[in-house]
Amino acid sequence: MSLIEEIDYGTPKSLSEKMITLTIDGNEVTVPEGTSIMRASMEAGVKVPKLCATDMVDAFGSCRLCLIEIEGRNGTPASCTTPAMEGLVVHTQTQRLKNIRKGVMELYISDHPLDCLTCAANGDCELQDMAGAVGLRDVRYGYEGDNHVFAKAHDVANDRWMPKDESNPYFTYDPAKCIVCSRCVRACEEVQGTFALTIEGRGFSSRVSPGMHENFVDSECVSCGACVQACPTATLTEKSVIEIGQPEHSKVTTCAYCGVGCSFKAEMRGEELVRMVPWKDGKANRGHSCVKGRFAYGYSTHKDRILNPMIREKISDPWREVTWEEAYKHVANEFRRIQYQYGRNSIGGITSSRCTNEETYLVQKLVRAGFGNNNVDTCARVCHSPTGYGLRTTFGTSAGTQDFDSVEHTDVVMIIGANPTDGHPVFASRLKKRLRKGAKLIVVDPRRIDLVRSPHVEAAQHLPLRPGTNVAVVTSMAHVIVTEGLFNEKFIRERCDWDEFQDWAAFVSSPEHSPEAIEQLSGVNPQELREAARLFATGGNGAIYYGLGVTEHSQGSTTVMAIANLAMATGNIGRKGVGVNPLRGQNNVQGSCDMGSFPHELPGYRHISDESTRDIFDKLWGVKLQDEPGLRIPNMLDAAVDGTFKGIYIQGEDILQSDPDTKHVAAGLAAMECVVVHDLFLNETANYAHVFLPGSTFLEKDGTFTNAERRINRVRKVMSPLNGYADWEVTQNLANAMGLGWSYSHPSEIMDEVALTTPSFAGVTYDLLDKEGSVQWPCNEKAPLGTPIMHIDGFARGKGKFIRTEYVATDERTGPRFPLLLTTGRILSQYNVGAQTRRTQNVVWHEEDRLEIHAHDAEQRGIRDGDWVKITSRAGETTLRALITDRVSPGVVYTTFHHPTTQANVITTDFSDWATNCPEYKVTAVQVGASNGPSDWQIEYDEQARQSRRIAPVLDAAE
Amino acid sequence: MQSASTDIASRAIGIIDQLKGKEGPLLPILHELQDEFGYVPPETLPLIAQALNISRAEVHGVFTFYHDYRDHPAGRHVLKLCRAEACQSMGGDALADRARQLLGIDWHGTTADGAVTLEPVYCLGLCACAPAAMLDDEVIGRLDAEQLEEIAAEVRL
Repeated sequence: MSLIEEIDYGTPKSLSEKMITLTIDGNEVTVPEGTSIMRASMEAGVKVPKLCATDMVDAFGSCRLCLIEIEGRNGTPASCTTPAMEGLVVHTQTQRLKNIRKGVMELYISDHPLDCLTCAANGDCELQDMAGAVGLRDVRYGYEGDNHVFAKAHDVANDRWMPKDESNPYFTYDPAKCIVCSRCVRACEEVQGTFALTIEGRGFSSRVSPGMHENFVDSECVSCGACVQACPTATLTEKSVIEIGQPEHSKVTTCAYCGVGCSFKAEMRGEELVRMVPWKDGKANRGHSCVKGRFAYGYSTHKDRILNPMIREKISDPWREVTWEEAYKHVANEFRRIQYQYGRNSIGGITSSRCTNEETYLVQKLVRAGFGNNNVDTCARVCHSPTGYGLRTTFGTSAGTQDFDSVEHTDVVMIIGANPTDGHPVFASRLKKRLRKGAKLIVVDPRRIDLVRSPHVEAAQHLPLRPGTNVAVVTSMAHVIVTEGLFNEKFIRERCDWDEFQDWAAFVSSPEHSPEAIEQLSGVNPQELREAARLFATGGNGAIYYGLGVTEHSQGSTTVMAIANLAMATGNIGRKGVGVNPLRGQNNVQGSCDMGSFPHELPGYRHISDESTRDIFDKLWGVKLQDEPGLRIPNMLDAAVDGTFKGIYIQGEDILQSDPDTKHVAAGLAAMECVVVHDLFLNETANYAHVFLPGSTFLEKDGTFTNAERRINRVRKVMSPLNGYADWEVTQNLANAMGLGWSYSHPSEIMDEVALTTPSFAGVTYDLLDKEGSVQWPCNEKAPLGTPIMHIDGFARGKGKFIRTEYVATDERTGPRFPLLLTTGRILSQYNVGAQTRRTQNVVWHEEDRLEIHAHDAEQRGIRDGDWVKITSRAGETTLRALITDRVSPGVVYTTFHHPTTQANVITTDFSDWATNCPEYKVTAVQVGASNGPSDWQIEYDEQARQSRRIAPVLDAAE
Repeated sequence: MQSASTDIASRAIGIIDQLKGKEGPLLPILHELQDEFGYVPPETLPLIAQALNISRAEVHGVFTFYHDYRDHPAGRHVLKLCRAEACQSMGGDALADRARQLLGIDWHGTTADGAVTLEPVYCLGLCACAPAAMLDDEVIGRLDAEQLEEIAAEVRL
C-alpha cells in the first residue's frame, strides 16, 4: 500500500478537439489546442518547476518559476499562461532559466521560516520540492530584512507578522508561511464559488485575507477545504495533519454523506485516518468537496459509538452488554416466537440509505427469504419515493436522467424545492461555476435560498411560492408554454404519445391554470411566472434539479410528474445539459431503492407481483416469495399500534427522529415486542429498542454506494471495524442464526448476486468498478460501461407519458388557530438528523435549530431575534429560538431538523403523498408564540431518552 | 435624531445606489465615498458587497490594494512627498526627514491638532521637477526646505 499520487498538470484540461504538436526538451507532444505549455510538458513527462499553478484553477502567472524559452521568441514567458502552438520548440531547462529560477526561489525563501523539520507540511510541501528542484543552496539576501516570519525583530514587534488563525475547527492559517501564490483565493473563487478569500494590500504587504481581514470562522468561508487542498505550503493545513503527521498510504472511497457521492482519498497512517482529500478523478465531484465529506468524519471514532451488542427485556430497563452470539440468538428466537404467536407478517425490516448496496440487499433478502414476507421498507419512503413513482410512470425509470457533468452544458437551470448550496454543496459549486459562465437560473422555493442571490450568482427568476402549491405553479408554467406555443412539437411527436400530449395540453391550457388564476393560492407574481416559463422553454438546454421540497408533500408524486411533463414538453430530455434530476438526500438512497427495499419491488424496480421476477429469486434463494406487497413504514407503525406487528429490524435509520409525527412513531415502537436497532449510536429510535447491534462506518467496510446520478461508486475499507464486524456481516450472522445458511465472504459476492438477478446491474462487477472508477446503471450488455445519460433515443418505457396534474390543496391548511405555514430544510454543516455531524466539530456552525420567521410575523407576536418561541401544530408543540429574517415571506416559517432536542417532527403531521405515503414534511400549519423554554414534551422526552440510554455496569464474577 | 452609524449607512447607500449601474462601479463608489466622508468607513464595505453582489472579501481586496483609499479620516490637509528614485536622487530623503521633524509625525501620521497628514507617494509623474510633493490637490515641483517650512506653517493656520 502506498499513497495515491495524483499528477498535477498545472493548468486545467483544454476541451478543444483540434490537436497540435510541439516539441518540449526534444520530446514531441500532441495536445488539444488551448493547452498550456506547462500542461503539455507534464503530459510529455517534463516537470516544469511551478508554485502558483495547479490544475484545479486557471493559470495565473504570478510565481515566475515556470518560465521557459521558446526558439524564435524573445524572453522567458511563463509556461502556465503561454498556450502551446503548432511546431513550437520549447526548452524548460537552460542556464538562463536556471539562474532566474534560483533567484526567484531565493526571494521566496528569504521571507519564509526555515523550520522544515518541525513543519506540518514536511514531505508534502511544494516550496520545499521547488527549492530542491532548482538547486537552492544559499539565500544571499539573508533573513534579517523585512519579513512576515518573525513576531519580533531585535525585541521590537514586527508589524508585518500576523499570528496563526486557528479559528476554523479543521484547519489553520499561518500567514508566516504564506508565499502569496493566490492558489487558495482562486480555489475559493473558481472551484468553490464562495469568494471568501482575497489578497489584501499590495506588493510586499500582500497577505491572504478571509473576508475583511477576519478570522476564517467569522468570514464568508464555508470550510469546503478547497483552499487547504490548493495550498502548496503549510500555510493552510489540516489540524489532523498537524496532530498526526503525514499519511503514508491511501485508498479511494466514497463519501457517506449526501447523494452527490463524492470520491475521496482516505489518507491513512496505519489504521488512523489522517485526512480525506477529494479525488480529482471522482466523476461526481471532480476533485471538490464540502465541509462534511472533507472534514466531518470524527463521528467514526466518537466516544458515543456503541461497540458491544446489548439486550434488554423492557425498554425501561438499562441495557445489558452481551456477546454477539447471544444477541443473534436472542433476536432469532424472538422473531421466530413473534411469528409463531402473531403470524408470519408480524415482523419486518427497514433498510438504510446510509449503508452499502450490498448491505441493503442483504436486509431485504433477510426479510423476504428469512422472515418470509415483504415487510421491508426504507427511509426513501420519507424522501424520494415520489421520485421513483413519478419518473417511473412518465419515463419508465425511477431515477434521474443525467450525470453531474451534464450541468456544464446547461443553459437554463430550474431548481425546485432544493437548496443545493446547503444540501448538495459540491453539486452547487459545479452549478455556480456554470452560472458564472452565463447560464440562467430559475428558483422555485418558498424561501430565498443562497442561490437566489449570492456573490456572482443571481437567479433570473425567483418564484417564492406558498408551501404546498408546487403542482399549481409547475402546471401553470406548462400552461404558459402550451398557450404561448413554446412547446417542442418535433420532440413530442417523435418521443411521446401525441394523443396523450394533446389531452394534457388541453388540460393545462384551461384558464384555471393560468398564472393569473393561481396567484391567489400560490402567492406567485403571474408576470414573473410567465417570464420563468418562457425562459425555461426558450433559453436553450433546460435542466430541472429538484429536492425534497418537491417530494415531501401530499402531492409529491404529482409534482414529479408535472416536472417530467415540463421537461418532455420542452424537449429537454435525452442529451447533455438537460434532464430531470432529483437531488438525492442520502449517500445511498438511490441504491437502497435500486436494491429492492420497497415492499412492492424486488431489486431493479420489478414489481413483486411479477411471477417471472419472483421466479428468479425463488430459484436462487430456494424459497417461495409472497406475491403481495408488504407493509410500508407508516403501515408497520399503524399495525403495531393495532397489535398485529410486533418485531422489527432497523438498520441505520433513526425513524423516531426522521419520520413524521414523532408521538405516533413512539407509540408504534413502544407497542412492539422486539425492536432491533443496528446503528453506530444509541439514536432516538434506540430509546424504544430491545436489542442494539453496533454498526460500522463507511470507513470500516467494502461495498458500493449509488449516488443521485445512478453512479455506483466503490466504498473501500480503510480500517478494521471498531465494533468487530461490517454491517453486512452482522446481517449475515443474524440470517444464519435464523437458519438461512448464507456464506458471503466478501461484498463483491453480494454484488455478483445482484448482477445475476437484476438486468440493470447485469454488467456490474467489482473488477469493472476498480477499472472504471465507477459506472452508472443501467450497466449491461447494451451499455457495458454504464449509462451517463438516459432516454437518449427513446424513453425506457417506450413513449414518454404526459399525465394530467390536477392541483389538490393539502388537507393541512392554515386557519385562525394555525395561521402560519412551517416548512423544513437543512443547513450546510449538518446532515439529516445530525447523528453524525453533531458528533463532529461541525457544531461550531450550527449548535441549535432556529425558527426562521419574517420580521412582520415576529413583530405581531412580540418576538425578538433569539427569543425562545413555542411552535404549535395540530399534532404537537415544541420550542426553539427564533431567527428573524427576510429569507422567508410573511406567513411562512422555516426550521432545520438536525437536533433531537428540537424534535421538529413532533409538529409535522401524518398527511402524506397520495401515491407513496411520503410524508408531508414541507407543509405544516402552525402558530408561533413566545415561550419561556422547552415544552413539557421536550422535558419528558429528554428524561425518557436519558433513562433509556443507561447501560448496566458489567459485574465481575467475584462480585 | 439618527445615530452616526445609521447616518453613514444611509448616505453610503445613496451613493452606492447612484453609481452601481455603472460599468465597473466599485472604484467610482469607493472614490465617491471617500469624497463624501473623507475616508471610506469600514462599515460601508459590506454594503457595497451586498449591492454589487460580490463578496466582502473582494471589496476588501480592492479597497486595501489602493493606497489612496483611507479607512480612517485624514487631517484637514494631506501632504504627500514623493519617495521614488528620481526625487530621492534630488535630495528627497533630506526633505522627507525635515518634513517629519517639522510636523512631528511619521509617515501616515496626522498632527495632534488634526491639521495635516503626511504620506509618502511613489512617483507623482513630476520627475523633471524633482523633488516633488503634493499638498491636497496641488502638485509642487522643485521643493526645498524653505518651501517645506512655509507649507508646514501654512497648513497649521
